[in-house]
Amino acid sequence: MSLELKPETLKKIDAIIPKYPVMRSAVLPLLHLIQEEKGYICKSAIEWAADKLGLQPINVFEVVTFYPMLRQEPIGKIHIKVCRTLSCALAGSYQTRDILMEKLTCAENGTSPDGQFTVEFVECLANCGKGPVVQVDETMHEGITPEKAAAFADELKKQATAR
Amino acid sequence: MAVAEKRIILKYADEPGYTPDITCYMKHGGYQRLKKALGMKPEDIVNEVADSGVRGRGGAGFPMGMKMRFLDRKSGKPIYLVCNADESEPGTFKDRQIIHKDPHQLIEGLMITAYAIQAAQAFIYIRGEMYQGARMLETAIEEARAKGFTGANIGGSNYSCEIVVHRGAGAYICGEETGLLESLEGKRPYPRIKPPFFPAVLGLYQCPTLVNNVETICNVKHIVDMGGKEYAKIGRPNNTGTRIWSVSGHVKRPGYYEFECGALTYGELIYDVCGGIRDGHKLKAVIPGGSSSKILRAGERFKGKNKDGSEFDWGIEDIPLDFDGPMAAGSMSGSGAVIVMDDSTDMVEAMANINAFYAHESCGQCTPCREGSLWLRKITSRMCAGGARAEDADLLKSVADQMAGRTICAFGEAASWPVQSFIAKFKDEFVAKAQQAGNASKAPTGRGFRLIG
Repeated sequence: MSLELKPETLKKIDAIIPKYPVMRSAVLPLLHLIQEEKGYICKSAIEWAADKLGLQPINVFEVVTFYPMLRQEPIGKIHIKVCRTLSCALAGSYQTRDILMEKLTCAENGTSPDGQFTVEFVECLANCGKGPVVQVDETMHEGITPEKAAAFADELKKQATAR
Repeated sequence: MAVAEKRIILKYADEPGYTPDITCYMKHGGYQRLKKALGMKPEDIVNEVADSGVRGRGGAGFPMGMKMRFLDRKSGKPIYLVCNADESEPGTFKDRQIIHKDPHQLIEGLMITAYAIQAAQAFIYIRGEMYQGARMLETAIEEARAKGFTGANIGGSNYSCEIVVHRGAGAYICGEETGLLESLEGKRPYPRIKPPFFPAVLGLYQCPTLVNNVETICNVKHIVDMGGKEYAKIGRPNNTGTRIWSVSGHVKRPGYYEFECGALTYGELIYDVCGGIRDGHKLKAVIPGGSSSKILRAGERFKGKNKDGSEFDWGIEDIPLDFDGPMAAGSMSGSGAVIVMDDSTDMVEAMANINAFYAHESCGQCTPCREGSLWLRKITSRMCAGGARAEDADLLKSVADQMAGRTICAFGEAASWPVQSFIAKFKDEFVAKAQQAGNASKAPTGRGFRLIG
């Protein structure tokens, strides 16, 4: 059950738990914080969070396996979410996704061999008037049409090199 | 000439120089209505909200005043207020505008509502993908706390209430209010069965809870400002106030537009406000209220009787843009998300796209929905991959018919209504797909983008 977390993450976790009348409510915020630091949620993180909140590991595990944003495997350094749902698809999101996958050498919902990029198709990102929308880590990019997708991928590559 | 927007909720949102901080908000009269509300009796605010007739803007259109009155006050348990900011219905992007451009309006509306129902605590459940929105709300809450508008002893009134921003993690079902409450309790968001789990009686932590959408809660500020009866003069009876419509798809100017309810028609919204359909194309279909609402076909006639006994005979273009208009046409205004499709759209592909969404988002609690949504996806994906069969249209309808009404929450309907309406109105395209089976699908006019596969 050993999980090393940075002091600032632990500080945030300890600040969040008392905000809720019932500790169990802090499961999602805890998992978000752990994933932000570690990149994914490993088995020991599940056990750690359960212990922290006075739950059984299964109570945390069933949450991790349900929510699409929580993952149990590491992904690329830059996470690219392309909206798949109708309004964005009408604006060309399937082609945009294909071009990003090809240019960034990612398999379907997979990570590039150099570990830099993960291109994922996700459901509606609630920005349907500006489709196709692409969320890179925490930042939303609007109007990434198939015509613009190749240049957008090049831009992402530059960012990756600059890091 | 297009009908002018009537911006109440988004009044300042796009004004040049308007910033989301508290200084700017207060310069524009911010938190004055909270001060006014704190001088009123809580039950009087509830009465004003009831008088306003304001209906929920999240999808179901349930009157907010009634929800407030349903709260069980005799139990002695704490009452909770939850703002549903899990904006996830495909086509909807209105709450995003409020949260990112005018977060304090939501905080003020929330605190007035909290005071009115004497909530012990308030929560904003925001979608996990809205990182920036969540941070902006956190900042707004801290700014408001520093001024005494949230937290302890608000505005010197002895009333105290903390707001917690709670981020979801990518599941559509958390927009369903009882699923949301389960999620907020730290569990899988399996919706609860009603009865007995009406949030007003057995909500968060089994306590009475009021759950309302972002836009709805913002309206409370304006109801306190002008008074419920005055607010009710905006719009038309049973359709009071303004609504923010999210328009996407094949129009020249997609975007969000706030109008007085019933001030214009879907036709005026599409052609005048949004500049009409892309050049060289014609309107084919409209989804009037988010992807769960039943699709409307261009050229279709909607006939029936108005409440005053007079008869109506509408095309899509004539349907009033409000709550009751699309309802009379056999669909619903839902979350106000209008998705427009022109004649380049392959309707089987559009259906396959929608089915893939519901298959991905079914929580899996009820068998008809868990299995049915997967079957719907499987059939339409096969049809689009060249394996369509003559009986597919009937098969799709039969699966959908067995889901609706047989599930704990309305997701069963949300996944079935698109299928039932697509088959009812575009069956010829589903049948034609079977005749083309084995070949690449025949292109509609000017073949649009691929929607599946």
